[in-house]
Amino acid sequence: MKKSFDPSQNYEKTKKAIGYVPRKKAKQKDYDRIGFMSGLEVHQQLLTKSKLFCRCPAGVFHDHEDYDAEVIRHMRPTLSELGEYDGTALMEFKTRKEIIYRVNNKTACTYEVDDTPPFKIDPEALEIALEISILSKLNVVGEVHITRKQYLDGSIPTGFQRTAILGVEGEFPIKNKTIRLIQLSIEEDSCREVSDIGHTRIYKTDRLGMPLIETVTYPDMKNPDEVKEACNYIRFLNRSTGKVRTGIGAGREDVNVSCKGGTRVEIKGVAHTKWIPELTHNECFRQWALLAIRDELNKRIDEKKWKMNHLNLDWDAVDSSVEPLKSSHERGEKILCISLPEFNGLMSHFTQPGKMFADEFSDRLKVIACIEKPNLIHTEQLKPVVKEKTWDVLKKKMKAGENDALLIIFCPEADVKTALDTIEERCHMAFNGVPNETRKSFEDGTTIFERVLPGADRMYPDTDSAPIPLEDSYIKKLSKNLPVDVIDRFNQLNKWGVPDDAFTYILKKNLVPVIEEIAEKLKYNPKFIGTFFGHQMKFVEGHNTSSSDFSYHRVFEMFEFIKKQKLEVEIARDMLPVIYTHPQMDFDSVLTIIGFKKKSKESLLAPISFLKDKFKETGRKQTPKTTNDWVMGQLRKQAVGNMSLKELKKAVEKN
Amino acid sequence: MSDDIFQGYKGKALEMLKKYNVRVWGQAVIDTTRGEFKGTVLPRSENDDDQHIVVKIITGYNIGIDIKTIKLMKEVGYKKANYQIPEKQFPYTKGLPKVKLIGTGGTIASRLDYRTGAVIPAFSPGELYGAVPELADICNLETEKIFAVFSENMGPSQYIGLAKAIKKEIENGVDGIVIGHGTDTLHHTGAALTFMVQNPPVPIVLVGSQRSSDRPSSDAALNLMHAMTTAGYSDIAEVMVCMFGPTSDEYGLLHKGTRVRKMHSSYRSTFRTIGDIPLATVTRKGVTPIHKTYNHRRKDRKVDIFPYFSDKVTMLYYYPGMKPDTLNSIIDNGYKGVVWVGTGLGHVNKEMYPAIERAKANGVHQYMTLQTIWGYVHMFVYDTGRDMMAKGIIPAGNMLPEVAYIKLGWALGQSDDPEEVKRLMLTPINDEITKREPYNGYLIYQGGVPEVEEFIRKVHK
Repeated sequence: MKKSFDPSQNYEKTKKAIGYVPRKKAKQKDYDRIGFMSGLEVHQQLLTKSKLFCRCPAGVFHDHEDYDAEVIRHMRPTLSELGEYDGTALMEFKTRKEIIYRVNNKTACTYEVDDTPPFKIDPEALEIALEISILSKLNVVGEVHITRKQYLDGSIPTGFQRTAILGVEGEFPIKNKTIRLIQLSIEEDSCREVSDIGHTRIYKTDRLGMPLIETVTYPDMKNPDEVKEACNYIRFLNRSTGKVRTGIGAGREDVNVSCKGGTRVEIKGVAHTKWIPELTHNECFRQWALLAIRDELNKRIDEKKWKMNHLNLDWDAVDSSVEPLKSSHERGEKILCISLPEFNGLMSHFTQPGKMFADEFSDRLKVIACIEKPNLIHTEQLKPVVKEKTWDVLKKKMKAGENDALLIIFCPEADVKTALDTIEERCHMAFNGVPNETRKSFEDGTTIFERVLPGADRMYPDTDSAPIPLEDSYIKKLSKNLPVDVIDRFNQLNKWGVPDDAFTYILKKNLVPVIEEIAEKLKYNPKFIGTFFGHQMKFVEGHNTSSSDFSYHRVFEMFEFIKKQKLEVEIARDMLPVIYTHPQMDFDSVLTIIGFKKKSKESLLAPISFLKDKFKETGRKQTPKTTNDWVMGQLRKQAVGNMSLKELKKAVEKN
Repeated sequence: MSDDIFQGYKGKALEMLKKYNVRVWGQAVIDTTRGEFKGTVLPRSENDDDQHIVVKIITGYNIGIDIKTIKLMKEVGYKKANYQIPEKQFPYTKGLPKVKLIGTGGTIASRLDYRTGAVIPAFSPGELYGAVPELADICNLETEKIFAVFSENMGPSQYIGLAKAIKKEIENGVDGIVIGHGTDTLHHTGAALTFMVQNPPVPIVLVGSQRSSDRPSSDAALNLMHAMTTAGYSDIAEVMVCMFGPTSDEYGLLHKGTRVRKMHSSYRSTFRTIGDIPLATVTRKGVTPIHKTYNHRRKDRKVDIFPYFSDKVTMLYYYPGMKPDTLNSIIDNGYKGVVWVGTGLGHVNKEMYPAIERAKANGVHQYMTLQTIWGYVHMFVYDTGRDMMAKGIIPAGNMLPEVAYIKLGWALGQSDDPEEVKRLMLTPINDEITKREPYNGYLIYQGGVPEVEEFIRKVHK
């Protein structure tokens, strides 16, 4: 009976059972069904000369191997106010990580490694952050209090980040709703990770201490596209000041996601806004899947009665000539078999595209017990490592029942206890649904376990810094010099429906007014014109040398000419490179240069059947599509400007 | 009582709270010209201004609100915080050494009150076990807090109190003593105890921390573990300072109480042995002596106590252009001992001579130490030095200035006789003056030199 179990089938079956739909096919009603909810924490580095709390230069980076000294630290949990250790703290302590900081004298001083107390906050950074707070319509505080926020992963050598709230309770519009802001804070950036292997994590300290702001929204977003849109708004608002850093890593998002009945899970450090929809979509469905697993487990057994069993194995109990067992055996590690009662059929339960529930164990073994992947073999692998026969023997040894799942783990002896605890803990969490955690994102839209989500009690005043008063007169002075219209323009582009990959270019070149003029005076669709500038104009500028006479108003004149001559608007694409390089040339000559000849629709369509016959003689593959494409190719050039290509295509297909 | 509900507020801010009847720990909604703020009103630090009210908002951050912007305040709830450090019974393990931790008031272990940020010290064995559970694997711990003063307020009466307490503990049969102490004057206490507690049969270890233990990267826990290990297992029965060797969490160094000095205002590895090499390194695994000779642990319970100190001693740090009236006022105020901290080999300017002579005539004992910190006083080399010796200043060898100050106070607590005081001062009790300086006793790495840079890169700092 057991033999008929097919993990692949089970994976597909469970995926269907929870109602997973790919994002491209997902509708609002799908998100409403699973209760999609998301909020953002948008980080943005500020463009300052110095770091936030010391006088080291900001924005100077170096290679992994380019360092002058190394310092070792271990992070210890501190007691919370209830006399208990915070969950993250305990996890980090369990991992027994040795953290090495690489220090380069060009970019770090004794402050970065916590051997010198903080200097006064960088006034330039504070000012930029306040400007953005005012732009975000936040209630600006009367006095800035530097707070310590604990981080025990070692990404900050002190074990806490110095951070301060500048404003609370703001809001901003997206297409169909208003998104509320919780707060904006100024903070020091963390270290960049060099490596994290086994029990050693290496960081470099170049980015550490650079000024950063964090804008936090309420969980007002109800679908993945809204999250992306809100994120874009905040990023453009930040950039509109011209005083923030751009480039890789200068803007990063933490995205909080939950589903109905799920838990707030934080996806950390999303580097690109465009990744957000896939990530939030998958996370919401992962939580939905975990809830299904929870319900199934509780149906099968009472958690209080549930108990995990394990057994130390001899290496000859398995075929240790296959990887990953072979390497582990060679390293002289221990091998154990674990039985998880009533978990059969759940190990291969769908969680994310390409991932199953068993991966949740594997991810935690890597992070908490410091065991490198692959670190797990189980009874429901899509590509089995251990033979069915071996499992049968082990099952007997373990006295495991039909409904039990079996795992094999292999690791250094010192890590065995943490590994067992980690697996047992994750099993108990499965009875309760979605664990509180932060997750690391990947480009393919999936995530893996990163850390336990820290509790709220990790914030306390920085006794090394004095509060900074913010006088009304200072706030007023800052309010006078704000680039308010840039954000209005951003809203305008959004309203028109211009694709957001065109925004940066349009805003940077201040092209909204000319787009508006073309749209209003000539009655062209502003979405088309916006896209035309954001894509075509940008391309032409990047690939041609301009004449100093060129101004964007020439583009208006070009569209005006097209309108007057009653030409099809598609010809603008062909004309643009010429008017960009020769702005003085009259438009008739431009048409000559691009080879345009005025032709009637009838004369354009006349040769269609002749051309179709001719295509037959070319000896190429004959399908309606190849035929039509070839004919389009023959006619396209003459048609541009004379008739819409869409119309032409229809005519070709009909004939 | 009425003041307590407005903890730390004064002047205009206090008036504002009273006007709207909002208390500290009250949950308030505050309407201001900058918008609405909600949160719990926190106590205000006494030294901060009277223009702002501190509020903890829901996300856990603190903010200040300018009272000039307040239009209306309303208390909508109240929740006073009351915190205690958790106590867990410190387990007794048969066979582990018995270590006594004596507290002086410095915070070794502590935890934070997350609402105010105040540090609550952990001291009882139960509290310490809650904060550093590893201690239970090292020793059986007893603790006693004999005073509560900050490091900078430690002085002669505390040295005497400590010396007597140590004697009592040794007679009670402990295997080692750890003294928790603020770091600023740790080396003064180290010297004082060396002179007051002579020939102890067990290790006496002074320990502190450079980063308070409410910080995840604190050195406190590791320092405590190192100190307990030293007290419980080390064969070195001397007064020692136990603090970080490098700034990394790797090992501690044990320094003689008479040769150690705090050398950096904020580094973890701030304590350095001067003019010699450290006594030993210590890790959680045990103590490894570096010094060839030291006083060994004994089974007996004998110890000599000399709990004396005269506070009529001062130090004079010489600078070019110093006027004689500085010394004259010291004489006029009845001081009996002056430790000079001179330039170079031990010099002050000629202008001081009449005052120096007057001091001698008034029975003031004068000793010379060095601003250079490293090296010996050599007053025979130049005329100036010979003149000064003739006028009554006695060279104190390579005794560190702070150590000479402590020793002179200790000596004058026992005798006024110049010869007896001189004998006490110049007879080393535990290497406060050494016969010779090893070539590796003066090492400061100076960055920029290629060999040093290479060394620093390779060895964890």
